[in-house]
Amino acid sequence: MVTASTDQIWEWLAEVPDPEIPVVSVTELGIIRDVRWDDDILRVAVTPTYSGCPATAVIDMMVEDKLREKGIEKLALERRLSPPWTTDWITDSARDKLRAYGIAPPVNGTASDGRMGRAARLAGSNLTIECPRCGSTHTDKVSQFGSTPCKAAYVCRDCLEPFDYFKCH
Amino acid sequence: MALDGRDPVKIDDALRPAMFDWLCRLGDNALILGHRTSEWCGHGPALEEDIALANTALDLIGHCQMWLGLAAEVEGQGRTADQLAYLRDAMAFRNVKLVELPNGDIGQTIMREFLFDAFHFELLTELSTSPNTRVAEIAAKALKEVAYQLDRASDLVVRLGDGTEESHARMQAALDHLWPYTGEMFTADAVDTAMTEAGIAPDLSDLQTRWTATVKDILDEATLTLPERRFDVHTGGKQGRHTEHLGYLLAEMQFLQRAYPGAEW
Repeated sequence: MVTASTDQIWEWLAEVPDPEIPVVSVTELGIIRDVRWDDDILRVAVTPTYSGCPATAVIDMMVEDKLREKGIEKLALERRLSPPWTTDWITDSARDKLRAYGIAPPVNGTASDGRMGRAARLAGSNLTIECPRCGSTHTDKVSQFGSTPCKAAYVCRDCLEPFDYFKCH
Repeated sequence: MALDGRDPVKIDDALRPAMFDWLCRLGDNALILGHRTSEWCGHGPALEEDIALANTALDLIGHCQMWLGLAAEVEGQGRTADQLAYLRDAMAFRNVKLVELPNGDIGQTIMREFLFDAFHFELLTELSTSPNTRVAEIAAKALKEVAYQLDRASDLVVRLGDGTEESHARMQAALDHLWPYTGEMFTADAVDTAMTEAGIAPDLSDLQTRWTATVKDILDEATLTLPERRFDVHTGGKQGRHTEHLGYLLAEMQFLQRAYPGAEW
């Protein structure tokens, strides 16, 4: 039976890629909230990114597969809702990888507060998102949603490439 | 997968039936609006809108899974969220009539989303600080997504309302059509009162005040006119008395489980 240290477990989990954005790991995304031994049972707390994100079930499966592959026998995955996931938990290393992959990383502190009156809407449209390809700030939002719930669709007016923006959440 | 490690629901047994009903209202509103919204998948007026609507639907289905999961736990009869969603008949559904109405055109769909989101946002804001931690954690999770949905719907209502003559006329017609269904969200019955008195849920009349302020603000900016007729004409959905439209929706949504009982992915 494997009784690895929790530090070792975190290192193994850092090898599990996000299924939809495979350049970043589940630990870099900040969705692994806790790893602890409860007697001989390993308990791993995972938080969903978005409530309806179809990747959630796949992530649980990949985490389980990775830990089984490393020899963990007694494993309990817990779904933790509180505190709710925020993009503030995405590590700096992951932000660089997102950019290199063609996805603009989230601009912290710009999450929706549901109070988008005229003033806020105008301010929101001034949010500057840098094109991950050419670095231009001459970009426009095309749609509030992109290829997954966590992204919005943008286009660069200089290099003309469309790109995804990982929304602040 | 195992969902252990969570606090059990702490409530008086006497409150269980009302709380089950109340949680089904939260879950069913999200489920039915989510299903209606998903009907646009592949039919949106523009690719970006199509994708946005499908993603919005996904968020709502996610909320439904959490609320109905908790409802099943409170009921304590061994049912699951999936069983509640796929194996109840129309009269057991507890959603408001507003969310089961057919989509109409894109303007009507956006207007309905806005009118519901503005309520949903205020409700979840209150519930996110509910002393019942299981309720509060689901509300806090859903609130972040609903805030974004409300911003998006508000933006579109303004663009379409204060848009072309055609889009303005369609948005006004949508508002006039949907308005008499909105009052149901704020019409409290014995279930709502029991949950408010138990300190778990907010007073619906407080929500109505804030909802009205948001709706007036956005509709004014959208150059749309608030209807003068009563807003609480079509009620009963929360008690299981639905329009004929819900049955057709369920026939499609529940088909697989009815035809192949117990089928799993």
